[in-house]
Amino acid sequence: MSDPVVLLPCFVAVPLAAAFVNSLLGKRIHWLSDLLGSLTPLILLGLSLLAVQAVRADSVLVYQVGGWKLPIGIAMVMDGLTSFMLVTVNMVTFAIAVYARDYMERYTSKEMFYTLFLLMLAGMNGVIVSGDLFNLFVFLEIAAVASYALVAFGTERHELEAAFKYAVMGTVGSLFILLGIVFLYSVTSTLNMADMGQMLAKQKDTNLILMVSVLFLMGFGLKAALVPFHAWLPDAHPSAPAPISAMLSGVLIKTLGIYALSRIFFNVIGLTPAVSSILMFLGTLSMVVGVLLAIGQRDLKRLLAYSSISQIGYVVLGIGLATPLGILGGLLHLFNHSVFKALLFLNSGALEYATGTRDLEAMGGLRKKMPVTSTTSFVASMSIAGMPPFGGFWSKLLIIMAAVQAGHLGYALWAVIVSVLTLALFARVIKNAFLGNLDDRWQGVREVPAFMQASMMALAFICLVSGTLLIPGIREVFLNQATEIFVKGSDYSILILGNI
Amino acid sequence: MPEKPEPGMTILVKTVTRLTAWLILLYGIYIVLHGHISPGGGFAGGVIIALSFIHLMLAYGKEVVFRKLSKEMVELMESTGALVFLAIALLGLTTGYFFGNFLPAGEPFNLFSAGTIPLSNIAISFKVWAGLFAVFLALVLLRIDNVGE
Repeated sequence: MSDPVVLLPCFVAVPLAAAFVNSLLGKRIHWLSDLLGSLTPLILLGLSLLAVQAVRADSVLVYQVGGWKLPIGIAMVMDGLTSFMLVTVNMVTFAIAVYARDYMERYTSKEMFYTLFLLMLAGMNGVIVSGDLFNLFVFLEIAAVASYALVAFGTERHELEAAFKYAVMGTVGSLFILLGIVFLYSVTSTLNMADMGQMLAKQKDTNLILMVSVLFLMGFGLKAALVPFHAWLPDAHPSAPAPISAMLSGVLIKTLGIYALSRIFFNVIGLTPAVSSILMFLGTLSMVVGVLLAIGQRDLKRLLAYSSISQIGYVVLGIGLATPLGILGGLLHLFNHSVFKALLFLNSGALEYATGTRDLEAMGGLRKKMPVTSTTSFVASMSIAGMPPFGGFWSKLLIIMAAVQAGHLGYALWAVIVSVLTLALFARVIKNAFLGNLDDRWQGVREVPAFMQASMMALAFICLVSGTLLIPGIREVFLNQATEIFVKGSDYSILILGNI
Repeated sequence: MPEKPEPGMTILVKTVTRLTAWLILLYGIYIVLHGHISPGGGFAGGVIIALSFIHLMLAYGKEVVFRKLSKEMVELMESTGALVFLAIALLGLTTGYFFGNFLPAGEPFNLFSAGTIPLSNIAISFKVWAGLFAVFLALVLLRIDNVGE
């Protein structure tokens, strides 16, 4: 294990092995599935921290699967963006897995839940480390299919309906992506992303690239729930069990949608001004539409789902600006949103666990009965609304500053307005759920079990301190390395092919 | 007409199935084992193997099939197939690479050649036939009154 490049296949192999051992033995040995479910993300989190260290030393690591030379063989690539995403995904997943240990006791077949959960994690890690466009698609499908099943996990009528809708729309999105890959393969005769980037740079036929760009925008836009393609999300997220809502909103839409979209547009196709302005427009549109739709909701999880669309808009706006500052802000907001939206969904799960309802109008005064849930929920709400000491403030500030610097004053104004509306939205959540008088029927409500509390407190702590990622010294290790990959753009291919 | 018809289809179908189910199974195994030297492989062969069980179930009803192959056995085979495939990939690490070939490559076009590829094909075929058959079982066994309680 002296060579850090061996880390790369572990990110796929470890969760896959855990998932299948769990499906083999979990039904007979109950403690095993709890152990595997929480331990695997913890191991992966450790490995991703090692990966950050390795990237700091080497900047790019390339693994050739089976020893086949690039660009013929399948490549796995580790660079600054990869390690950034791996840390985000595995950290949030670990917190969610610990939470799920107690929460999922209310459902039958908990071991099946963990099998699907680990498969979804394997798919997401695979998307992140893949350096091969078709492998990226395969892992994307693994994660997506596992998530369709997880949305339907409760197997009641509305859950099956939401899962079916999600499955149909998700499959349509995947087909667009596959079609885009087919077109690219037909002109470049390679599937390796770095090699494909070099081939496309020589390509004269811009119409084809335009066509492929539109296909990818639709496909990955659907996975990321950008506004014209968002219809599946407000049904799928509330129907899933709370840990899965947190996974979907916290990491799945970012990995399958934003990471894959930006990796392909920045490093393979090359970002054109047209695509950049489309991304900014879609981002702003998602931001505004998401928050306006969220305001009217009574169902807490549905409200959070619409708010996810709005926050994803910020990330896409930041990345679409394509200036170093904008990308930095977008990535930091991606990290922050993973943490606070996962936390908010876990809070909503805790409220549902304790009271049995998600209706905001029916709750009230739960602050005294559920101190941990209400405090962590307050922290997350302030972070998502962009209040100064919390992480969300810094990332929104960076995005707005970058928009102003790039001369997009209109987009900056919308970002400020949406931030104010988000504050109003979450002030209402806090007021309705936790403040006010305690209704008589909630007298018997008790705080949720210890593991759920611990997981929520850990995420709340990260919300508080995530602003420190911007401090010089820490920023160079983590965020700057990821930003650099975007800034390098098409030079990424030279970096990888020169590294063998 | 008897009061309670025995499960499955008519005697014609049953007789033909008795002859063909084993042929289909054998053909599936052939496709899996020759995956590295002729068209086909673990996935295609696995689908054909699953079809032979589905064929049997359509003709004779589910009890006959469950006597040969229980639901637990199907689940066991599915997970085992995946784990064996992963184990082959991990054993490749002994050559220095994930999925590396640690067996002798052998003569081209021989049945016993191509290193780890035939073993991977067999592992994939287990995953595929058990998985596909489990999907079919889920569709057959799921009753609508179990849903939406």
